[in-house]
Amino acid sequence: MLRRHFLKLLSLTAASVSLGSLALPTPVQAAETIKVGILHSLSGTMAISETALKETALMTIEEINSQGGVLGKKLEPVIVDPASNWPLFAEKARQLLSKDKVDVVFGCWTSVSRKSVLPVFKELNGLLFYPVQYEGEELEKNVFYTGAAPNQQAIPAVEYLMSEDGGSATRFVLLGTDYVYPRTTNKILRAFLTSKGIGEADIMEEYTPFGHGDYQTIIAKIKKFASEGKKTAVISTINGDSNVPFYKELGNAGLKATDVPVVAFSVGEEELRGVDTKPLVGHLASWNYFMSLKNPVNDQFTKMYKDWAVKNKLPAADKVVTNDPMEATYIGLHLWKQAVEKAKSTEVDKVIPAMAGQSLKAPSGFEIKMDEKNHHLHKPVFIGEVKGDGQFNVVWKTPGPVRAAPWSPYIPGNEKKSDSPSQ
Amino acid sequence: MPRSVFAIRFLGFFWFGLLLWIPPLHAEWDPQLARMLASGDFDSRIGAIRQLVASGDPKVEGILKAMAEDALAVANDRLLRHSEGITVDLSTGTTLTPPLPAMEMVSINNRIRREIQAALALLRLFDAKREVRLTAAVALQNRATPEMVAVLERAMEKEQDPEIHDYLFLGLALSRLNSPDPAQRLTAVRALGDSSSPTVKVTLTRLLQNTQEPNDNVRKEAKTSLDRVSRRLAIGEAVASLFSGISLGSILLLTALGLAITYGVMGILNMAHGELLMIGAYTTFAVQTQFRAHLPELLDAYLLAAIPAAFVITGLVGVVMERTVIRWLYGRPLETLLATWGISLMLIQGVRLLFGAQNVEVANPSWMSGGVMPIPGVVLPWNRIVITVLALLVLAATWGVLNRTRLGLFVRAVTQNRAMAGCVGVPTSRVDTLAFGLGAGIAGLGGVAISQIANVGPDMGQGYIVDSFLVVVLGGVGQLAGAVWAALGLGIAAKALEGWVGAVIAKILMLVFIIVFIQKRPQGLFVLKGRQAEH
Repeated sequence: MLRRHFLKLLSLTAASVSLGSLALPTPVQAAETIKVGILHSLSGTMAISETALKETALMTIEEINSQGGVLGKKLEPVIVDPASNWPLFAEKARQLLSKDKVDVVFGCWTSVSRKSVLPVFKELNGLLFYPVQYEGEELEKNVFYTGAAPNQQAIPAVEYLMSEDGGSATRFVLLGTDYVYPRTTNKILRAFLTSKGIGEADIMEEYTPFGHGDYQTIIAKIKKFASEGKKTAVISTINGDSNVPFYKELGNAGLKATDVPVVAFSVGEEELRGVDTKPLVGHLASWNYFMSLKNPVNDQFTKMYKDWAVKNKLPAADKVVTNDPMEATYIGLHLWKQAVEKAKSTEVDKVIPAMAGQSLKAPSGFEIKMDEKNHHLHKPVFIGEVKGDGQFNVVWKTPGPVRAAPWSPYIPGNEKKSDSPSQ
Repeated sequence: MPRSVFAIRFLGFFWFGLLLWIPPLHAEWDPQLARMLASGDFDSRIGAIRQLVASGDPKVEGILKAMAEDALAVANDRLLRHSEGITVDLSTGTTLTPPLPAMEMVSINNRIRREIQAALALLRLFDAKREVRLTAAVALQNRATPEMVAVLERAMEKEQDPEIHDYLFLGLALSRLNSPDPAQRLTAVRALGDSSSPTVKVTLTRLLQNTQEPNDNVRKEAKTSLDRVSRRLAIGEAVASLFSGISLGSILLLTALGLAITYGVMGILNMAHGELLMIGAYTTFAVQTQFRAHLPELLDAYLLAAIPAAFVITGLVGVVMERTVIRWLYGRPLETLLATWGISLMLIQGVRLLFGAQNVEVANPSWMSGGVMPIPGVVLPWNRIVITVLALLVLAATWGVLNRTRLGLFVRAVTQNRAMAGCVGVPTSRVDTLAFGLGAGIAGLGGVAISQIANVGPDMGQGYIVDSFLVVVLGGVGQLAGAVWAALGLGIAAKALEGWVGAVIAKILMLVFIIVFIQKRPQGLFVLKGRQAEH
């Protein structure tokens, strides 16, 4: 009796486990479709950032389909959930490429997830569009990078902090989540700061694990570091939902942007939705797009996403926001569509050369171009200050798009690296 | 450079104006000022702000306030306040409807914000209300510059309140450090010894480092003052660090207390404990949503309603778990472990289906935002204070239930000797259910506390289960007191280590310490004395 009961329970457990790992149901396959894989964490610590990218990709696919699809075929999304689990990213990527036979994949947020799927894309000759700013130091034939390289985000932000308008900071805290992106970015920034005459004693580097929730000690340390004599700024590469407790603690501890500004590279409108931004007014973020930009393309883009959210009954649909990686996803899908139409094929080896030089009037208000050689976009850089309503107020921008330098000149040995991926 | 000449000229106007307090002659401002505020680079905007302040017009405070709150707009060279859909003309005070088409919001950055804050604080030094003057004086104590001396002196002359007077004096001392008269510098340096502001420490350190101070006496006095300030700051740091340890300890205690009953006292290896915390946190979220929808005016009180709701709902989940699964597995720890782990997966998936896979937002009530400053420079956040108090209350209530009620007596009797308790008429199976429900309910309360500090998501419980078991095992199985000491000890040690070696290494060191400790003392910190039936 007992044993039977237990068995029943075990089978229930097994059912729930398999339910968790099942991919979301894919629509019944129509005869003539082009399959597009979407590889974003829909659960776990990164879901806060990545869920919106899945929605953006779906919205863009619907937009493209409503305009007649690509090469006369409809796009068919295939969604998988790698659950913020890096090895699972590789498994899911393999599933997308070899089982679902998708023609292109839009996905990943953290660099560690990208590094984990790279071997799969190289082995199976897949095509990945990666929509998030990252540390550079990579150039792969199978990947197009639609987010920013360090010279399109990190370096301008630090230059701004050192300028008079940015507060003339001469002391820096480099604070990040402990993985490849923050570590590499901070290595580049350290070299950059040293080249600007900032001494070792004026740089503090601090890392926390993924999902870290208690920032009391770190904020106390920042306070102490900032009170030692020079104007101090914090450069945050904290990723995922740790940002919520970090900013909550920052607000509660009364560390104001006018005293110690924090500039973040992975915090946008979406991450700030879960935070009361009134105590955070004036803290900064550096991106290639902000929702608050005023131009017709952006008005259309934000309206399209709001309508999409209402139509699909997303949680808090009346308050949805757009952000930089969402714009990058949108740009990526459209550029891929243009390249497929130019190549007249979805074959990876024909699409890759066709991507070179593709351009688009983007929501950032600029004509965004895929570089002819280095698989990165030419993008404008904006620095924004957090406002009380969770939006950003642009306080600095580049006059036009900037070409990406994936191999940062501040890392020794990079001058010899080739500017285009090896074939 | 024309830019800096411009700035300096207006700086002159600014202080001159404040000094004489020119009465307003006319209600309109130079239209060019409005244009300068709205557009142009940040230097000319700062110039415009200084010019406004120099005009001495009482309406300037309104303009600066609007600007600081991102609500200042300009239309046809008129300055407007536009917030929440209402537009007011700042020079006439009339409300304008509909909003003017040519309206343009004035955007500011941190540099301008700093300028406005200083200007507002200076203006407010002469306010009629004591609180306003006090806040202004506190804000200025670290920011005073030589240009402000005249205004501060005038404010001090007028000031009757001793507390505000002290702050002004500190501010004045700071701005007098560059005075050419060594006697004045000496008094300034001496006065600064009473400060507890990091800025003062910085200024004094710099003064000593750069050997810009020619007078030996002043340097000596500066050294003494610096020592005093540093000592006070060090005490502040120690207090802050101790508090963060206690705060972490109280969170650990709240998460582990339920487990101290279900595992510690009853001996059930409940792997779904983390999910009970999660249910408590989601109940808080649900209560908050209900309040938002139906009782928006009482939103700040939602937490008070969430506490009993979380206790009852999680307790009920616990009762159901015990009745349907756990009671059939008493005495078989391995099966209990597997079954409760299965339950935990089902609970996670269930919540994911109900609420979605993404984290949900649980906002602190407004009375829990911000912090209190017991010593200058040390901010203790309200949410952490409230949670520490909650932990103490829950601990007291649990202790009371276990030691002062009939149920508690039965629970202790059943766990010490089940057969004997049954023989003397204790309804053992009902006691088991109630005790497990109690433990689960307390876990729910832990969930309420966590929701105020950390993220609320379906798999949040996974992060707490290990810590909870560590606390219970370290404290000694079968003990409440042990859990209390273990939680506090772990909290304070973790925070001290974190400040020293960083968060990642601190976590590793804590685990190593616990492994070594358990090897040396497998029974934990405290052991129940006397004979005990096998669990």
